[in-house]
Amino acid sequence: MRPVAVVGIGKTAFGAFPDRDLRSLGVEAGLNCLKDAGVEPGRVEAFYLGNFAGPSFVGQNHLAPYIAGAMGITGVPATRFEAACASSGSAFFHAYSSVAAGLYDLVLVTGVEKMTSQPTPRVSEILAGAGDLAGEVKAGATFAALFAMVARRHMYQYGTTREQLAAVAVKNHANAAKNPYAHMRKVITLEQALKSKPVAEPLTLYDCSLVSDGAASVLLAPLERAAEFPGRPVVVAGMAQTSGPVALDQREDVTTFAAVKKAGEKVYRMAGMTPADIQFAELHDCFTIAEVIATEDLGFVKPGEGGPYVERGCTAIGGSRPVNPSGGLKAKGHPVGATGAGQIFDVVEQIRGQAGERQVKHHEVGLAQNLGGSGATAVVTILRAA
Amino acid sequence: MMAETTYSPGSVYTETVVWSPPEAYANDVPYQLAILDLDGGGKLTVRILGDRVQIGDRVTFAESRNGVPYYRKPAA
Repeated sequence: MRPVAVVGIGKTAFGAFPDRDLRSLGVEAGLNCLKDAGVEPGRVEAFYLGNFAGPSFVGQNHLAPYIAGAMGITGVPATRFEAACASSGSAFFHAYSSVAAGLYDLVLVTGVEKMTSQPTPRVSEILAGAGDLAGEVKAGATFAALFAMVARRHMYQYGTTREQLAAVAVKNHANAAKNPYAHMRKVITLEQALKSKPVAEPLTLYDCSLVSDGAASVLLAPLERAAEFPGRPVVVAGMAQTSGPVALDQREDVTTFAAVKKAGEKVYRMAGMTPADIQFAELHDCFTIAEVIATEDLGFVKPGEGGPYVERGCTAIGGSRPVNPSGGLKAKGHPVGATGAGQIFDVVEQIRGQAGERQVKHHEVGLAQNLGGSGATAVVTILRAA
Repeated sequence: MMAETTYSPGSVYTETVVWSPPEAYANDVPYQLAILDLDGGGKLTVRILGDRVQIGDRVTFAESRNGVPYYRKPAA
């Protein structure tokens, strides 16, 4: 295994773009990334695409060569990875593995999703396909309902409050307001979050992430070649993908995501770090409760302390450990298949010191956590300045 | 999860009331969904009929509709 660096990043804005198709979004992010790295498309040795449900959302299949070809990448392996909301996290993990193993030097990862061309009930139905259709989904669970049941149990066991969940939404909206790539650049108040309409109790509209279109890309290369590229090199210090049961009712305890815990333990060991070394993070806040639990599962705080942690402001951009300075899935947007690669983009931008108004003070070491479904796939990455 | 034999009584492990439903259940809104700790062991996702339930409440099997188990609080 050889050390791997992220040598290029690119993305599209996240949002609702009725005049854009899936391919054009993927191509824009990929070409922005290659431009950032100063690399011609013809030099890319393999293409890893993260996409959850292109065939359901827009009908197109065989997406990896479809997008790669339109970018000018041809004649090389082009493969799509599907792991629900962790699709491009998973693509990134496999791309990383192939470069670390010495199979390729220059590998492009792109995550893309085009969701807004379908009406909301149909979007919910497509997303529900990442749950257990024969059990929980058949009984009437949406993803909001699944995370609502996680939230209820967390509140019951630990005393987590509605206000603490809403604090995640308020913080992430404030961060996204400073992010030119974000879907919703709107500051909200605690009261607005608490009083918005119920989706699945105790979650309201502002506890839920957005349905978005968008794409993000990262280019990987062996660290020994990082000096060939113009940007400040960022090393993958630790990286893991793990799995767990798809259905929520197949787990002993729903207040923790075992796959995330396991991936966290692996990456800390691999990086030779502890949670105390993580200066900032992009965490998978598909619902506000998910960010709270991620801070616990990754060891930033003890189980049950994630609510007070966000409420005290520790995870704000100016706090002791900023979480989701990008605005998170909550407000930056959640084009499902693009989210994992988008998180890597955001962490690298911070490490490079290029995050503008969102720049965190300490930015040598950052973590990204990407969750698939209600926790059946987890991808955790630690990145640090080379 | 298919066998009727698994539908033993249990207690509510967690629950939610759904206001934004999948298309198929649009007419049921709002409806309560729960994960139960079954007396015989294991967990099961079910729909709740009648009175709202809370974590810890005892519930018993009421009926099955299209393979979905419906539970309710036992009559006092």
